[in-house]
Amino acid sequence: MISLRQLSKKYGSFTAVDAIDLEVPKGELFGFLGPNGAGKTTSLRMIAGILRPTSGEITVAGVDLLKDPIGAKQRLGFIPDRPFIYEKLTGSEFLRFVAGLYEQEGPEVEHRARELLALFDLEDWRDELVESYSHGMRQKLIISSAFVHRPEVIVVDEPMVGLDPKAAKILKDLFREYTRRGNTIMMSTHTLEVAEAMCDRVAIIAHGTIRACGTMAELRRSAEAGTEGLEQIFLRLTGENAARELVEVLNA
Amino acid sequence: MPEAEARRPDPSISLILRPKWLTARARALANERGRGARFFLLSLIGMLFWVFIYTLLYKLLVYFRGVPDLGPFLAGKLLGMILIGFFSILLLSNVITALSSFFLARDLDLLVAAPVDWLKLYGAKLLETGVNSSWMVVLLAVPMFAAFGSAYHGGWLFPLLVIGVFVPFLVVPAVIGSALTLILVNVFPARRTRDILSVIAVLAAGGVVLLFRVVRPERLARPEGFRSLVEFVTVLRTPTSPFLPSEWVQRAVLSWLQERPSLLPVYLLWTTAAAAFVLGALLHWKLYPIGFSKAQESGERWARGGGFGRLGHKLFSPLGILRRELVLKELRLFFRDTTQWSQLILLTVLVIVYVFNIKYLPLKGEGVTFFLVNVIPFLNLVLAGFVLASIAARFIFPSVSLEGRTLWLLRSSPMPVRQLLWAKFWVGTTPLLILALGIVFVTDWLLQVSDFMFAVSVMTIAMMTIALCGMALGFGTLFPQFETENAAQIPTSFGGLMFMIASVGLIAGVVVLEARPVYGYLSARLYGTQTSPAEMLFGFGAAAVLCVVATIVPIQIAKRRLEAVER
Repeated sequence: MISLRQLSKKYGSFTAVDAIDLEVPKGELFGFLGPNGAGKTTSLRMIAGILRPTSGEITVAGVDLLKDPIGAKQRLGFIPDRPFIYEKLTGSEFLRFVAGLYEQEGPEVEHRARELLALFDLEDWRDELVESYSHGMRQKLIISSAFVHRPEVIVVDEPMVGLDPKAAKILKDLFREYTRRGNTIMMSTHTLEVAEAMCDRVAIIAHGTIRACGTMAELRRSAEAGTEGLEQIFLRLTGENAARELVEVLNA
Repeated sequence: MPEAEARRPDPSISLILRPKWLTARARALANERGRGARFFLLSLIGMLFWVFIYTLLYKLLVYFRGVPDLGPFLAGKLLGMILIGFFSILLLSNVITALSSFFLARDLDLLVAAPVDWLKLYGAKLLETGVNSSWMVVLLAVPMFAAFGSAYHGGWLFPLLVIGVFVPFLVVPAVIGSALTLILVNVFPARRTRDILSVIAVLAAGGVVLLFRVVRPERLARPEGFRSLVEFVTVLRTPTSPFLPSEWVQRAVLSWLQERPSLLPVYLLWTTAAAAFVLGALLHWKLYPIGFSKAQESGERWARGGGFGRLGHKLFSPLGILRRELVLKELRLFFRDTTQWSQLILLTVLVIVYVFNIKYLPLKGEGVTFFLVNVIPFLNLVLAGFVLASIAARFIFPSVSLEGRTLWLLRSSPMPVRQLLWAKFWVGTTPLLILALGIVFVTDWLLQVSDFMFAVSVMTIAMMTIALCGMALGFGTLFPQFETENAAQIPTSFGGLMFMIASVGLIAGVVVLEARPVYGYLSARLYGTQTSPAEMLFGFGAAAVLCVVATIVPIQIAKRRLEAVER
């Protein structure tokens, strides 16, 4: 469903994403893990059609994103990590606007928008301006907007940021049910427990390259990690220094 | 905790302001492409502006010096009028800036949570407010005082005197403006206050402009309009505002230039500034914690215009789903943002003043020919073009920049970029076109022009408006200010300046191309000569082509630019 071929992104002399190859099949919930600045957000924003790759190919639902961006984007929904939306629109106006961007309208869209708002406890806020929403409420509204036009693929950057435990649980269930119906989700996250519990497969990215990719069992094997959890595998594969002496830091 | 008590933190004002200074320095030293050229162009334009102001005032003052008896009064009146204008601008500007710097700035959470002494916070924020609100007035004041100093031989101490009186002159409105904002925030929540203030500010600015125009100050230059010379001199001698700092600056400067230096106005200025600061600080101490807490309240909850939404839905349905939703979004965002639509009040004032000027043009009576009556509406197109360009700079130029933070949504959706640009273009152009045609209809009717000139002016203004809107959108996309949240600041950017320069070029081009056929027509009417159809076709045709190109090319460039934006 999502296919990346030799995908690279350079900012001047800095290489944010370095020739990555990836296949995410239909119906899979795929996790993208990596330390800060590893290239996760850049990769996801390229898949969403916001950033232009320096080189490489992206295919979404069989459509080449670079050759037919409109066709590929029609099948895709994007949830960014920072919830910037029009402050002077109400929640329901925003959802209607997003549906309009995908040329969708009518009672079906209205019904879907109402259901999504109700799911995230935003029903009572539907006619209020977004500027009065909290950070978490905005995030919920953006998540709703990604589902309102029924895309085949959803690309999510840090979905759990700002969500309360109830909303986080709803989102997990929603993602699971959504992929069970044959759709695809690609998400980045810092929360390793979330990735471990939700994702069918994960890729670990560091310094713009994929260090490992597979199911939890496959990652354990490749990291020679025995029965270790994802945190240990992650640290081992990304080469992060977790063993810094905390006492020394606090005493410094 | 005696040790901790002994080392109570006490950050200084300079430390509080250090991030601002470092940010400004980093911005100045940023290695941006084309920065040198930009800096050079801005400096050149700034210098030309200074030279223009200086020369104009210097010549006027030298002329005043030559007028026996009345000269000093005229110079004093001129200085007084300028200073009272400065004072009003400073007061308004400080009220608005104080709202951002004291209540809405992003660094406030950090500063208020840190162990910063309240007086230091007040001092730092007052300085920030004062500097942000006053720099433009200071830049304007430099050539003005230079002209006074050189025309009246003020001597080398004159600049020191000017600094000595101008600093307290800037402090007083900064303190009063901040205090007014503080009181308003304590009455209304900060975000509502911003709305209220923007309306008040625009109404006040509009009122000042209207009042100034309606009193027709040009009559002062024509003493024959007064019943007697005594009445005229009395008007000139009467102090307009004896209790305002502007009057004290005027008296201090004039007494120095007339070689009768008086220290009283200087003393009044400094004591008033000091007293204002103390009172302002006390008010801050008493009200700021309550006001700041209120400022954290969220914005307006309920949306206005449910009925409008349904009407708009029906009205724009023929455009298709995507275009309709884009147009409705543009309209909702515009009318719900008070800082945006309130500028319409200023616009109305501008149009009234414009029509007022046309109405009072001395175009009747002896020596006024058919030629003059018909040339004026043609030249009127130049002025109307400038008015429209400034409106387009205000409303259309910032529209792409304002999408900055939400660009992720538009870029990740299957909407072609050109749809967004054309929606913005038509939402901005339609009201402007109605306004432009309205202005030309009314002014042509007031001037009673011939049918030919009426047709020429209507067609020209329509084409010019469309072209100016296309250029505003194009330049706004080429020079975006994606990080700026305040739409009012966007037109004053470098890109805004480039747009205004290009607009002048377009207006000049259209008028030059049409001048020949218009002259041909007027000559034919006056002297019975033949008009040349080829000349007509070429002149008007070339002007039309210029307008079409100026509409389409910038939008095409903008489309490519927006497609390449990575945010």
